[in-house]
Amino acid sequence: MTKTCTFTLDGKTIPFEEGETIMEAASAAGVYIPHLCHHPEFKPHGSCKLCTVNIGGRLGAACTNRAADGMKVDSETEALNADRRALTQMLFVEGNHICPSCEKSGNCQLQAVAYHLEMLTPHFTHFYPARDIDASHPDVLIERNRCILCELCVRASRDVDGKNVFGIGGRGIKSRLIVNSASGRLADTNMSVTDRAAEVCPTGAILRKRHGFTVPIGKRLYDHHDIAEVPEAGLKEPRRD
Amino acid sequence: MLPNLETAAHAANLRRVVIEPVSRVEGHGKVTILLDAHNKVHQVRLHIVEFRGFEKFIQGRPYWEVPVMVQRLCGICPVSHHLAASKALDIIVGARQLTPTAEKLRRLMHMGQILQSHALHFFHLASPDLLFGFDADVAKRNIVGVAAVEPEVARKGVLLRKYGQEVIRYTAGKRVHGTGSVPGGVNKNLSRAERVELLGEIDTIIDWSKEAVDIIRNLFIDHATLYKSFGRFDSNFLGLVRADGALDLYHGGLRATDGQGGTIFDHADYQNYYEYIHEEVKPWSYMKFPFIVDKGTEAGWYRVGPLARVAQCDFIPTERAEAERIAFKAFDGGAALSAPLGYHWARMIEMLHAAEGIKELLLDNDLSGGDLIVRGERQLRGVGVLEAPRGTLIHHYRVNEDDQIVSANLIVSTTNNNQAMNEAVRQVAMQYLDGRSLTEGLLNHIEVAIRAFDPCLSCATHALGKMPLEAELMDADGAVIDRLVKGQA
Repeated sequence: MTKTCTFTLDGKTIPFEEGETIMEAASAAGVYIPHLCHHPEFKPHGSCKLCTVNIGGRLGAACTNRAADGMKVDSETEALNADRRALTQMLFVEGNHICPSCEKSGNCQLQAVAYHLEMLTPHFTHFYPARDIDASHPDVLIERNRCILCELCVRASRDVDGKNVFGIGGRGIKSRLIVNSASGRLADTNMSVTDRAAEVCPTGAILRKRHGFTVPIGKRLYDHHDIAEVPEAGLKEPRRD
Repeated sequence: MLPNLETAAHAANLRRVVIEPVSRVEGHGKVTILLDAHNKVHQVRLHIVEFRGFEKFIQGRPYWEVPVMVQRLCGICPVSHHLAASKALDIIVGARQLTPTAEKLRRLMHMGQILQSHALHFFHLASPDLLFGFDADVAKRNIVGVAAVEPEVARKGVLLRKYGQEVIRYTAGKRVHGTGSVPGGVNKNLSRAERVELLGEIDTIIDWSKEAVDIIRNLFIDHATLYKSFGRFDSNFLGLVRADGALDLYHGGLRATDGQGGTIFDHADYQNYYEYIHEEVKPWSYMKFPFIVDKGTEAGWYRVGPLARVAQCDFIPTERAEAERIAFKAFDGGAALSAPLGYHWARMIEMLHAAEGIKELLLDNDLSGGDLIVRGERQLRGVGVLEAPRGTLIHHYRVNEDDQIVSANLIVSTTNNNQAMNEAVRQVAMQYLDGRSLTEGLLNHIEVAIRAFDPCLSCATHALGKMPLEAELMDADGAVIDRLVKGQA
C-alpha cells in the first residue's frame, strides 16, 4: 500500500502523489491558487509568478515546486495577494489591455484574475507600447497588444501540435511573441485554426477570426463566476461556431 | 437666414462674449458672440471644442470589433453607433438581409434607445426651460427644480428612461455599451419570459409617453407666439423613410425635402450617400458642415432629427403616434415645422411611437427565434445608416482582405445639424440679445435654442445643469472687462 503524503495549504491538509507540484495537488483538491502561465496540459513554466506561495518560510512558484510530505505552504495571505495584485497591474500596464472593446472580455483569464485579486486600478503608469497585430492568417489573428508572454501558445504548438509556430524573441521589456516563418507572418506558417495553439491563449492575444462577441453578455465564462470557482473553465474555450 | 453673422466683416474692436461650456447638452461646446459698443450682434458661432479621432484609431482593427468599439463615442445613445456600425458590417459580411429574429431584436434595441434618450433629453435637460421659462431663476431651472415643483413629471421622466434602458439591457446585455449586435445579426434572442417581463409595464409606458406629448403640445398652444417664433428659420430636411414613406428609425432610403415640402431626392440608397451629401470644413470649428450636393454649400445645409423625420415622413406606422403627427403638422398651418422648439414636440411623438413599437415587437414571436446570424459573400466596403435619437447617423467602412479596417467615415447626427444649430443661435441672438445688455437669462435663450436640437457634442459627458455657464466681456485686445458666471449675482 502506497503511503499517502500530505502537506498543509493555508492550514488545510492537502493529499498528493509522488512527483506532483503544489499547484497540481492544490488543483486536484479543489483549492485555487491564482495563476496565468500554468496549464495542466503543459509543462510548468514558472514565468508569471502569480502562483508564488510561501513554502516553509521561502517564496516559490506553486507550479514549479514539488509538494513534499509535511510541507507547510501559505497562499492566501494579505502580503502574497498584494504582490499578485501588483504583478497583475504590471501585466496590464506593460501591454495595451483595453477590456471595453476586447472580444475576450468576460472569457479572459487576465481580466478574471484581476477581478479575483480585487484590482481596482492599473496603479502603475501605462507603458502604452507600440505593438502590432498580425491579421495575415485567414482564420487566426495575433493581437500582440494583449500578449503576456506566458508561452502557452509556444508550448501548445511545440508539444501538442508539433509545429513550432510560436516563439518569444527579444529580451527583457522588448520580449515579444514571434512567428516561425521567414516573413514573420502567421499566414506563412502551417498554423491551422484547429490547432491547440489557436485556443490556449489566456488573454485575447490569439483569436479565432470573425467570432468576436458572438457569446452574449451573461453567458461568458466569468460573467457569473469568480475564476476561483471555475478554474478549469478557461482551459479550453468552448467552440462558438 | 443670417449668413452674415457667421463671420463679422470687421472683428477689430468688437467685444467677445463666450458661453462655455454650453450646459444641459451632451458633450462640450461653446458659443462666441461678437458685439459692438452698442451691444449690436455682429458674429455668432457655435463651436465644438472636442476632438475624438475614432475614425483614425480604428484603422487596422479587426472589423468585428468595431460595433463594440465605436459605441464608446457616446454614453447616451451608444446603441446608435453599435447598430449603425453593425449595419455597415452586415454589408461587409454579405448579410444584406438579416433573419427576422435578428432584425426585430435590433429594432427593439433601437426603440429602447429612442425611448430612453428622448426621455432623458425632454425631462432631464429641456423641461426646466420649458416648465419654468427660459429666464427663470437659475437655481430652480434644473431637474431638481422640476422634481420639487412637478414631482410626478420628474418621476415619470426617470421611469420612462429606466424602461428604455431595461429594453437595451435585455437585448444588448448591458444598459450602456452592450454587445448584442454583431456583423450579420445578433448574439442573443429574447426569451418568452423576458418578453413577458417587459410587456408588464409597457401599457403604462405608452400612456406616460402620450402624457409627455400632451405637455409639449399644450405649451405650444398656451404660448403659441413664443414657441412658433423662437429662433425660427426655414431649412431643408434630411432623414430615412421606409419604402412606403413611413417613419422608420432603423432602416430605409434617404429623403431630402426643402422647407416648403418639395422633394430634393427620395428613397436614395444610402450605400451611395456621398453622391448626395458632402462635408465642408470651416477654419473655426472641429465639426464639419455637411450639405446636399445639388444645392451647394450655401443653400444645401439641412436639419435632421425628430423634427425633420416627423415633418418628412408620410405617416407613422403606430396608431397613437400617427394621430399626434397629424395634430403636429396641422398646428397653426404647420408653424411648428420650422420652429426649433418644434423639435421637442416631434421628439415626444417619436417617444410615443417607440413605446408603441416596443409593444408591437414584444408581442412578436420572432423575437424568441433561434436563427441569429447570417453570412454571405464578403465585401470590402459597407455603409450603415440609421436614424439615431438626434438624427441621421452614417457609418462607412472599408475593410481589407485580412479583415482589418482600412478607413472609416462617420457623419454623426449632430454634425448633420451643425449649420442648423448655428443658424438657430444666430436667430435667437438677433431676436433677444441684439442691442441689449446681457444677463444670464438672456444668454440662456441661446442655450435653449441649442438644446432643442438635443445635440450630442462629443458625446459621453453631460452636465444636468450643473456646469458653470460663464460669459466674459473682453476688449479688442482680449482683456476681460466684465465677467458673468451662472449662479453668481
